[in-house]
Amino acid sequence: MTANTHPQLLVHDKADNVGVVVVEGLTAGTDMLCVCTEDNSDFRLTAKADIPIGHKVALGDLKAGDTVIKYGEDIGKMVGSAETGGHVHTHNMKTKRW
Amino acid sequence: MAFDFSQDTVKAWRRENGRVGVRNHVVILPVDDISNAACEAVANNVKGTMAIPHAYGRLQFGEDLDLHFRTIIGTGANPNVAAVVVIGIEPEWTKIIVDGIAKTGKPVEGFWIEQNGDFETIRRASWKAKEYVQWASELQKEDCPITDLWVSTKCGESDTTTGLSSCPTVGNMYDKLLPHGLYGVFGETSEITGAEHICEKRAANPEAAAKFMKTWQAYQDDVIEQFKTSDLSDSQPTKGNILGGLSTIEEKALGNLEKIGRTSTYIDVLEPAEAPAKGPGLYFMDSSSAAAECVTLMAAGGYVIHTFPTGQGNVVGNPIVPVIKISGNPRTLRTMSEHIDVDVTGVLRRDMTIDQAGDTLIEMIKRTANGRLTAAEALGHREFSMTKLYRSA
Repeated sequence: MTANTHPQLLVHDKADNVGVVVVEGLTAGTDMLCVCTEDNSDFRLTAKADIPIGHKVALGDLKAGDTVIKYGEDIGKMVGSAETGGHVHTHNMKTKRW
Repeated sequence: MAFDFSQDTVKAWRRENGRVGVRNHVVILPVDDISNAACEAVANNVKGTMAIPHAYGRLQFGEDLDLHFRTIIGTGANPNVAAVVVIGIEPEWTKIIVDGIAKTGKPVEGFWIEQNGDFETIRRASWKAKEYVQWASELQKEDCPITDLWVSTKCGESDTTTGLSSCPTVGNMYDKLLPHGLYGVFGETSEITGAEHICEKRAANPEAAAKFMKTWQAYQDDVIEQFKTSDLSDSQPTKGNILGGLSTIEEKALGNLEKIGRTSTYIDVLEPAEAPAKGPGLYFMDSSSAAAECVTLMAAGGYVIHTFPTGQGNVVGNPIVPVIKISGNPRTLRTMSEHIDVDVTGVLRRDMTIDQAGDTLIEMIKRTANGRLTAAEALGHREFSMTKLYRSA
């Protein structure tokens, strides 16, 4: 990772299929530096939408019924689809609890 | 570990029962809602005292009444309180509160309004309050080990940044200080949902694990199942959580649990406002996830400093316990920095490690114990919210 280069996306665990936007004003088309906090490894991903800080981005193509993994754990299911680099939130995912 | 904090000391007040307090409040404490006015009048007469008005205390019964008494007694008994003037409408319940607080050995006296009226009660209570505040103002601080502190935690207005930065900061602090004798507590029963299987495994013994699962299940069965009208999606996650990017209760719960670190385990499960009784270490307290209610219950359990991670920017404080706000969300630091004590935005930029963030929090705990006013104290946030279990008689 280059010094003075701050990531746009953080991922908790290698097993996760979503990451979190950690900068304000992220726009569609941004070539994001993504860091996995588990081992500090990095990769790049293109954002497919304007995604607010704190919101999730699909790391691969997700379709309805898929389990969303974050912290290496099940955090709910997709009820719609999201392409790689797309926005994942309450419009396309839901809890399995209530 | 960058530094060894276990031998550090803070300047604080050693109370009659040996506990360490970091504030020196003289509290004018109502037993019930209708005694608030008299308490506020006394606090207005005698500078340096503080009334703690609240909404309940009449016609409660059973477990709900027990919790009311435990909360009021625990608030007066907290080591951040030097002395207490108690005012109730009638003598019997007033005496229950006074006797409960008196077990700590601290000065406490009760007054009641029936057959006295507000005027006479306020006159007599004001004389006592003046005596107490002048006595308390001469109490000297002494060097106390940092590990003699009881430090609670609960997060609020969480978002995805709390699970990445501010919650693991608290967890790192606990991992460093609990092994040396600190008392800790976390709670928020409904908000463990989705991570209850992980929380169960973080118990130090099978009894604590079983007690946790029983407490968690009881909330699902007795509260959610009984009272829900649709599901909890409109409350958990909250609208603020969702704006911050949290989509489900499972996601919120996993971030929440980051507050107990990597190695810490809880030794027992407490009732709401119950004081821990199994020695130093981490406890789980059955409690609401609403900020003011949860902090009030933990303060009543005897905790003297609260660490509060926030993402979107919760502004809660407490009358007697300093609430230290920790945030890693750069937008929150940009728009409402007057509420934040510890800035861990560096964790998201990868300029700061969780280990460094934990050290920064421990430094802020020391400064707060030594007298630095928290943002919530400076801004006058004194939210005191009692948990009520069911309707009064």
